[in-house]
Amino acid sequence: MPFQSTVGDYQTVATLETFGFLPPMTQDEIYDQIAYIIAQGWSPLIEHVHPTRSMQTYWSYWKLPFFGEKDLSLVVSELEACHRAYPDHHVRIVGYDAYTQSQGVCFVVFEGR
Amino acid sequence: MSKKYDAGVKEYRDTYWTPDYVPLDTDLLACFKCTGQEGVPKEEVAAAVAAESSTGTWSTVWSELLTDLEFYKGRCYRIEDVPGDKEAFYAFIAYPLDLFEEGSITNVLTSLVGNVFGFKALRHLRLEDIRFPMAFIKTCGGPPNGIQVERDRLNKYGRPLLGCTIKPKLGLSGKNYGRVVYECLRGGLDLTKDDENINSQPFQRWRERFEFVAEAVKLAQQETGEIKGHYLNCTANTPEEMYERAEFAKELDMPIIMHDYITGGFTANTGLANWCRKNGMLLHIHRAMHAVIDRHPKHGIHFRVLAKCLRLSGGDQLHTGTVVGKLEGDRQTTLGYIDNLRESFVPEDRSRGNFFDQDWGSMPGVFAVASGGIHVWHMPALVTIFGDDSCLQFGGGTHGHPWGSAAGAAANRVALEACVKARNEGRDLEKESRDILLGAAKHSPELAIALDTWKEIKFEFDTVDKLDVQ
Repeated sequence: MPFQSTVGDYQTVATLETFGFLPPMTQDEIYDQIAYIIAQGWSPLIEHVHPTRSMQTYWSYWKLPFFGEKDLSLVVSELEACHRAYPDHHVRIVGYDAYTQSQGVCFVVFEGR
Repeated sequence: MSKKYDAGVKEYRDTYWTPDYVPLDTDLLACFKCTGQEGVPKEEVAAAVAAESSTGTWSTVWSELLTDLEFYKGRCYRIEDVPGDKEAFYAFIAYPLDLFEEGSITNVLTSLVGNVFGFKALRHLRLEDIRFPMAFIKTCGGPPNGIQVERDRLNKYGRPLLGCTIKPKLGLSGKNYGRVVYECLRGGLDLTKDDENINSQPFQRWRERFEFVAEAVKLAQQETGEIKGHYLNCTANTPEEMYERAEFAKELDMPIIMHDYITGGFTANTGLANWCRKNGMLLHIHRAMHAVIDRHPKHGIHFRVLAKCLRLSGGDQLHTGTVVGKLEGDRQTTLGYIDNLRESFVPEDRSRGNFFDQDWGSMPGVFAVASGGIHVWHMPALVTIFGDDSCLQFGGGTHGHPWGSAAGAAANRVALEACVKARNEGRDLEKESRDILLGAAKHSPELAIALDTWKEIKFEFDTVDKLDVQ
């Protein structure tokens, strides 16, 4: 049965938008993306939500957007603080672009369960 | 001082060739590439184009003295050689704003590319570019939503949108068609598209398609947790039919519809764009028939003009060619007109084919859609060329996957995200394309198979229409 031996079964996966199809990032890879946000002049922003509500438009802000923040290590420590405070929540990092009022980067760093 | 009526035929250049004229900010400026009949002086050809596309006719007429034609006439104010071409030249013409009805692209084109294109003193004529004055732009509705709103509605950030056209493009029943939509969307695409040929044929009436597609979109959305859409083609034989289809798409709670703006016409397109703005519907624009008009290097209308016209008439996404795929399109030229779709100001840049500074003011931007003969190996180049504010559509590159459309979709999604991630890390996508794709394929059997399937396919033909540079 050559047909059955070559065709694979694609299983639908629930994903969380951008980078949802890549394996979880290493710490260095996450740092690279945050460095990119800062280099573009965008403001880092951290948002979180319980997994059952991941499709709603508004996730909760962690504090406020870090307007003009250039310190990568501070952003990382805020991400970790958010994750500690809401261990069962999805936590995402956003590169907020005030010029376009849009997001140049947005991906989930910690997946809740 | 009033003039006297002097019947007869005057040379056009006496009236319409005004090299000392300094264009006003409110003038609509056009650049034509002219190829005149042998022996006719350039100034006369250029002046004839200005006259025939504005107030002039072949003979002096008494009734023109009833008005002040000096106020209304188009003027050729500059002539330039075309680099590398001995017979053609560029004519720059300024048209007073009052020659055009507010907000009417139809009216602008009827004047600028009307009778003049059949004029006997010309062998060929091509409209290369238009500078729309801000005073005119402010009378146009433009994109019903624009890039930023579309991203917010679809919840897609930090990357190009990913889509594909449903294939085979003709002949599927509504239910089978919906199945293919479902497979693509569950596999990781954001959007799927009706082929432009799909309207409401005997094998699949539009209502049947809309209902099954809506079910597929909603199901894929539930299962993946991501927002999905399908461009429901509302192009129809009459405006009434077109609006009926649009209304039904809205009733089904679909986020986006589609129109073919050249075959459907600018009047229909502007009307549908207005409907979309009122109804919170996104609008995808196809461009069938464009190559008939824009491909010949000396005759017709350059696509940059058609693209600018679409931005004013209204559309949230427009097909622009792929540069790398099976369809015509040179890289610099394409970059030139996608700037005019997306940016708020585009400077004159002959190396990109832009003949004028173009200020778009607050007009929203249009996503550039790259579609046609592209597959995963093209992904790094596409992300580099088109950037994030684009929609990359892989038809054969999705459905042609050995495991089917869902796996094909996943392969494209993995490749896209790997390229975006690598770009953000500062890697050179075009130089490192092989490493980036093969690295991503380690975690995705779907991508590994796609890379193997399409490794030999290239479309390396020279473009027919090139920029006039030496």
